[in-house]
Amino acid sequence: MKNLIISTAPHIRKDRSIKEIMWTVVIALIPACLMGCLIFGLSAVRVLLISTCSAVLTELLICLIFKKNITISDGSAVVTGVLVGMNMPPVIPWYVPAVASFFAIAVVKMLFGGLGYNFLNPALAGRVFVMFAWLSAMTTWQKPSPPEWFMKFFNLPYVDSISTATPLNIFKYHGMDAVVEFFTSKSSMYKHLFIGTVGGCIGEVSALAILIGAIILFIRKIITPLIPFFYIGTVALITWIFGGNNGLFTGDALFHILSGGLLLGAFFMATDMVTSPITPLGQIVFATGAGILTSVIRLKGGYPEGVSFSILFMNVLTPLIDKIFHSRLLFNIIMKKKNKVV
Amino acid sequence: MRAKTFFKGGIHIPSYKLTAQVPIQRLKDPKRVVIPLSQHTGKPAKLIVNKNDLVTEGQMIGEQDGVISASVHSSINGRVKDIIEHPVPILPRVQSVVIEESPEVQKDSSSVSRKDWRTLNREEILSIIRNSGIVGMGGAAFPTVVKFSPPQNKKITDLIINGVECEPYLTSDHRIMLEYPDEIIEGVEIVSHLLGVKNIFIGIENNKKDAISLLSDKVKGKNIAVCALKEKYPQGGEKQLIFALTGRIVPSGGLPMDVGCVVSNIGTVLAIKRAVVDGKPLIERVVTVTGSIVKRPGNYIVKVGTLLTDLLEQIGGLTEEPGKIIFGGPMTGVSVDQTDIPILKATSGVLFLSRKEALLADYREFFPCIRCGSCVLACPMSLNPSGLSVLGENERWDEMKSLDVLDCIECGCCSYVCPAKRPIVQFVKIAKSKLRRIV
Repeated sequence: MKNLIISTAPHIRKDRSIKEIMWTVVIALIPACLMGCLIFGLSAVRVLLISTCSAVLTELLICLIFKKNITISDGSAVVTGVLVGMNMPPVIPWYVPAVASFFAIAVVKMLFGGLGYNFLNPALAGRVFVMFAWLSAMTTWQKPSPPEWFMKFFNLPYVDSISTATPLNIFKYHGMDAVVEFFTSKSSMYKHLFIGTVGGCIGEVSALAILIGAIILFIRKIITPLIPFFYIGTVALITWIFGGNNGLFTGDALFHILSGGLLLGAFFMATDMVTSPITPLGQIVFATGAGILTSVIRLKGGYPEGVSFSILFMNVLTPLIDKIFHSRLLFNIIMKKKNKVV
Repeated sequence: MRAKTFFKGGIHIPSYKLTAQVPIQRLKDPKRVVIPLSQHTGKPAKLIVNKNDLVTEGQMIGEQDGVISASVHSSINGRVKDIIEHPVPILPRVQSVVIEESPEVQKDSSSVSRKDWRTLNREEILSIIRNSGIVGMGGAAFPTVVKFSPPQNKKITDLIINGVECEPYLTSDHRIMLEYPDEIIEGVEIVSHLLGVKNIFIGIENNKKDAISLLSDKVKGKNIAVCALKEKYPQGGEKQLIFALTGRIVPSGGLPMDVGCVVSNIGTVLAIKRAVVDGKPLIERVVTVTGSIVKRPGNYIVKVGTLLTDLLEQIGGLTEEPGKIIFGGPMTGVSVDQTDIPILKATSGVLFLSRKEALLADYREFFPCIRCGSCVLACPMSLNPSGLSVLGENERWDEMKSLDVLDCIECGCCSYVCPAKRPIVQFVKIAKSKLRRIV
């Protein structure tokens, strides 16, 4: 018998690859992209296409220039590109998403060694980079203009003067009452926020679509509920306790969960494997930290939204969290207790 | 009753137990055997026969040399044809005795008188086990006598018999539990008599319900507990099994005896019974020959030293050229590069994978770690395989020690689940050998 393969054990492996993980994430992002395109029209399609193409082209060029294996087929560049696009306002000059994707791939990802070696979430870093570079462009919002049938299909109450400001903007500068007044009623507000007919970034507006994507990720076992649960839970808890005008425990947690980029961030960006802690305990710490930061920025900070900053900040802390809450921590504690008893 | 299990990690693997319902079948004695003098952990046995000597079945041909070593016996009647360096399912070649069938030696028909082990004392039983060359038959082949002679200061309270057989494909332990239950229970009694333990457990994975109910019936009225364990790999790992059954955790770097346990494989117990009661040294065992490309997969009684070529010939061969041949199970077994290799005392199975199946687990191409954390969740020893593999990739062996690489049981869960197809166990094996040489 010839050509027998020799290797160390194990000799069987689970049928799961990086490619499969990344492309599943892309599929899970599609509902939110579709919703964004429906709500904001062609301008959103344009942004998503530019950001995705820019990300893939950047990776391809870098691989070619540095004579590395071409890695674009693993899908990670597509994920980054799509996420960059989803984090852009729909009305934006074409070069902003292009530069954001370029920065995300070239500087944040490839410069540090490619997939698996980046210490920041590339998409978020790209977004924050262009946010500082073109602040006014990044904070100019478009009115949601969904087609007639869309409003009818979801039975959405018509809001007379859908302004261009995001709900979090109104909350920041005019308070919660102004938000409710804007949507005419609380139930109308929740409904609009849930479906996504509000101002904001392309991919973050529709909670419904993001949740559909999240369910795909859970079913395919790409992510565990730990990070989203603790992230959203912390934000809900803090905004409920401190978010109200009439003292403690009067904040509107549901408003904070549904508005801004929290859901997109919690399910798709904080869960980025490369830049989140590897142990379950570390993931809880990471998510809780991001939740605290997001709430603090939203309630007390200078920006209306804080998801990108908080996740990036926790990304930087990840190696430290991994070191403190290492995989043997629990084992060692149990051993110490047992030894004391003995 | 809820099935017991270990506390963290582990994975669910398709069990591929193709041969679970195939009764044990005895193969004809081979015309030639190659018996390596080192089939166990520790020092090789000392050769005590010469070329052209006539030997009978069960005659000792290699004597235990030193404390951690085991004797080796001829498995057929014949003549010592040669003493050569022969490949075994581990890398280096080892000194081996080639015995060929010879008409000059007649079958030894005088049966050894059965002994009543209850009349024997501890030392006498240990010496029988020692002279019978018994080693752990689950795969590690650690000399059983050493395991059964703990230092004075270690009090052994629990005897755990490992009938878990959590490796996919393998069914030899399952079959011997079904077909020789009385002998196994007698073996268990001998061992418990020897160790003077309080509690005796037989742990069996829940996918062998027939064996659980059969043994449960047989132990009625005896101080032996047959425990069903959750179907999860590596339920049969020594440390996992101890936790599942007693709730004790073997400390880092420690041995089962540090928590008052001795763990023994079900096949070893059977071999002990046959040695002590029937006077038979360890010269044959039940081997699962399996895989989708084996014409007649089954559980066969094979003489130690039978070459894989001869074994295959007897059972009808394969349906296609194999891509990989594995001694042991697919999760921890050793792949070999030829069929001119003998069955050893600890060979619980031989698995043939087709080229297609083998390529599914090919390590030649692997990707950077994306820190998905699957390995951390899967690791039953609470290690960080991701960190280990990144250090290993960069040959930073010393630093792997601080990640407790020496506690790794090499179960393969991490490599199994890794989406980047990283050879984590391989890095661990290299690190361990480097570190042990340094220490």
